[in-house]
Amino acid sequence: MANLTTTFIGIKSPNPFWLASAPPTDKEYNVRRAFEAGWGGVVWKTLGEEGPPVVNVNGPRYGAIFGSDRRLIGLNNIELITDRSLQTNLREIKAVKRDYPDRAVIVSLMVPCEEEAWKAILPVVEETGADGIELNFGCPHGMAERGMGSAVGQVPEYIEMVTRWCKQTTRMPVIVKLTPNITDIRIPAAAAMRGGADAVSLINTINSITSVNLDSFAPEPMIDGKGAHGGYCGPAVKPIALNMVAEIARNAETANLPISGIGGVTTWRDAAEFIAMGAGNVQVCTAAMTYGFKVVQEMISGLSEWMDDNGHTSVEDLVGRAVPNCRDWQELNLNFIAKAKIDQDACIKCGRCYAACEDTSHQAISMSEDRVFEVQDDECVACNLCVLVCPVENCISMEALPAGALDERTGKPVDAEYANWQTHPNNPARI
Amino acid sequence: MATVATTGIAAGRLSTVEYQDNFGDLHAPLSVHEAAVAADRCYFCYDAPCQTACPTDIDIPQFIREIASGSTDSAARTIFSQNILGGMCARVCPTETLCEEVCVRETAEGSPVEIGRLQRFATDIMMTKNVQPFTRAAETGKKIAVVGAGPAGLSAAHRLASKGHTVTIFDGRSKAGGLNEYGIASYKSVDDFAQAEVNWLLSIGGITIETGQRLGAEISLPQLQSDYDAVFLGIGLAGVNALGIEGEDLPIATDAVDFIEDIRQVGDISTLPVGRNVIVIGGGMTAVDAAVQAKLMGAQNVTMLYRRGKDRMGASEFEQDLATSKGVQIIFNAQPVSVDADSMKFAYTADVDGKLTPTGETFTLPADQVFKAIGQTLQDVPEGLEIAHGKITVSDTGASSITGIWAGGDCASGGDDLTVTAVAEGRDAAEDIHSFLTGGA
Repeated sequence: MANLTTTFIGIKSPNPFWLASAPPTDKEYNVRRAFEAGWGGVVWKTLGEEGPPVVNVNGPRYGAIFGSDRRLIGLNNIELITDRSLQTNLREIKAVKRDYPDRAVIVSLMVPCEEEAWKAILPVVEETGADGIELNFGCPHGMAERGMGSAVGQVPEYIEMVTRWCKQTTRMPVIVKLTPNITDIRIPAAAAMRGGADAVSLINTINSITSVNLDSFAPEPMIDGKGAHGGYCGPAVKPIALNMVAEIARNAETANLPISGIGGVTTWRDAAEFIAMGAGNVQVCTAAMTYGFKVVQEMISGLSEWMDDNGHTSVEDLVGRAVPNCRDWQELNLNFIAKAKIDQDACIKCGRCYAACEDTSHQAISMSEDRVFEVQDDECVACNLCVLVCPVENCISMEALPAGALDERTGKPVDAEYANWQTHPNNPARI
Repeated sequence: MATVATTGIAAGRLSTVEYQDNFGDLHAPLSVHEAAVAADRCYFCYDAPCQTACPTDIDIPQFIREIASGSTDSAARTIFSQNILGGMCARVCPTETLCEEVCVRETAEGSPVEIGRLQRFATDIMMTKNVQPFTRAAETGKKIAVVGAGPAGLSAAHRLASKGHTVTIFDGRSKAGGLNEYGIASYKSVDDFAQAEVNWLLSIGGITIETGQRLGAEISLPQLQSDYDAVFLGIGLAGVNALGIEGEDLPIATDAVDFIEDIRQVGDISTLPVGRNVIVIGGGMTAVDAAVQAKLMGAQNVTMLYRRGKDRMGASEFEQDLATSKGVQIIFNAQPVSVDADSMKFAYTADVDGKLTPTGETFTLPADQVFKAIGQTLQDVPEGLEIAHGKITVSDTGASSITGIWAGGDCASGGDDLTVTAVAEGRDAAEDIHSFLTGGA
């Protein structure tokens, strides 16, 4: 079994699976259960400053989007930071860290954007023995209205400033959690780096309204007839998160900034993808909230099995392996030509490929009287839609034409040379 | 008190609970959640094979998508617009040889989308609310006589009424419904569904049913022709084939259709006697319905005998499995030789170049009851109508050889003898009648 031990910005954990700062990590009781289940670390749910804690709504805090058979694919929440007292949380963090010294315990923090507030909380957190802190600059609801959370994360200067205060005040490693509710994730990441952040974690949740109640005409989750936008997470946000991780990982300025990947990690495969795209570890929330803490055991066994099968011996070696292959569109090889191919033995004759291609694409699939579906190479642009709508995995595949072969669509042979848009004759700005 | 072991013919072989269990719904209705899961499995195929396989051409992917998105009334309307007896068909259609047989998920994983149960889910909801999804067009003043209140006649009548015509349905029996009421196994149509369906169908208005009116007795075709603008015959197959063997007229040998009818009409099945040893002759759905119900009534030994091999049997694989799972023994390649007072003799047969040939070996089974289910025949057809191969000859749209007379269902040529086929034929004939009466409009 592969060794999954991970050292992320100097913090060691037995595996790269941490629970994200969220409801599952709000209390000692939950965190102990998480560690017993096998989680490598937790980011304790965000602490606020000393004083009366925030209050949460007393109606529904979550909304959801479902896939088939009520499989939860997207979750939205309007919960705030911890609504328990600072001292209670600190006491529990200390107790848990004492009992689980091999696990990572990170404490998420969110206090007003004032230096004194940060300087006040950091020493008491440090005293718990926690391994590091995460600055919550991402929470998009409730706290943002009070000038915290994503309200900070949306202003690069604030990110840099607060990060610097923290780095100057504490010896603990500082992770800056970024909000995706911005236009270019590289800018807040660079700001965190300038402030001295040891790492960034992303993504926090995305502004969202999951549904509208068509009887009361109010957004869900609905509190006494009214709803507010919340933060969206779960499997549905994974593509957005992966792209943001990649943006930071392949950006020259931030290329060496460690990343804790968050956003829809549900299985070991999602985790491996985040790691390959540049994340040093992953944080999980929705999968645990949907299925319970036991899901980590599949993540551990699955990642181990895949690493063993492919000769990968350490998680660190996998970090960023896909980054060099993640490019701008203009760098893609326009001389690469593929065609869809349908495995007639695997085809169940549903005709979805035909409907998709005929109605919405390139009319490149024919249908016979007896429901045989065939790709017309002279029309196929290899868009891949047929592959994706086919209910049978691997029934339709994209096959690359070898160099020299005739592309029936263009009537030209496939050029062996790589050539992209930057040199293409149709590009008025070609090099 | 009688038990399954009581000799001869006896009623009350089982406990009350056993009768209830045995004659409850064969397929329980889907719950809302089950329906959502089942509907989600549909791939929404292009030019869907299931729809092509449906004799009434129901847009199955459409109604399943409507169920999946929570619009069950739309789903019901999609079904009823093609098949007004979609409720009964959802219960009695041999889906395993129609829509579900060609479902691509059957191809892919040997487990089709449960189209029949989903159809029942949608139609039940609308019918339980007693919502009639169609309204009548303005009265045309045209009158049409429909003979036979079975699936074909009811389907034709509803379509004609919706066009604004006035319809009178004549039926020789005391209740409407035809085979839906009298000829289908009890566990396929529980809670008096056939009558509920007739009443719901009639709620469109413009249809009158006159029972106890037999063609050739209380009513005559010439009279109907003169009194009405058009006539539709949905008279079914009222006769039954005879075995043509010695002892056939002994009291132990009766028609399976009568047995099935008795079960449907008796009310309290525990009062209906059944033999300890029951023999059913035939290989079709009627034979299975009789055999399975005899077993469910507590007969100790029920044997179905079919003169040819399994591959030629009319009953579907599903029906055969149903029979054997209930404890019916099926003997293939056995041909009746003679009936005795308490037994029956058979000869083994072999298929030799497609020709049924006795092997010379015979055997005898004890029998308290013998039910004959070797097919029904056309009976009491009025003179003048062209008949071929035992059916009234009709065009694709149900027009008979006599102008102004249409026919559909089991009595007419074309299609299998299925409820769903009868519905399609009644509907199509109604459209043709409407065109005829309104000058092709």
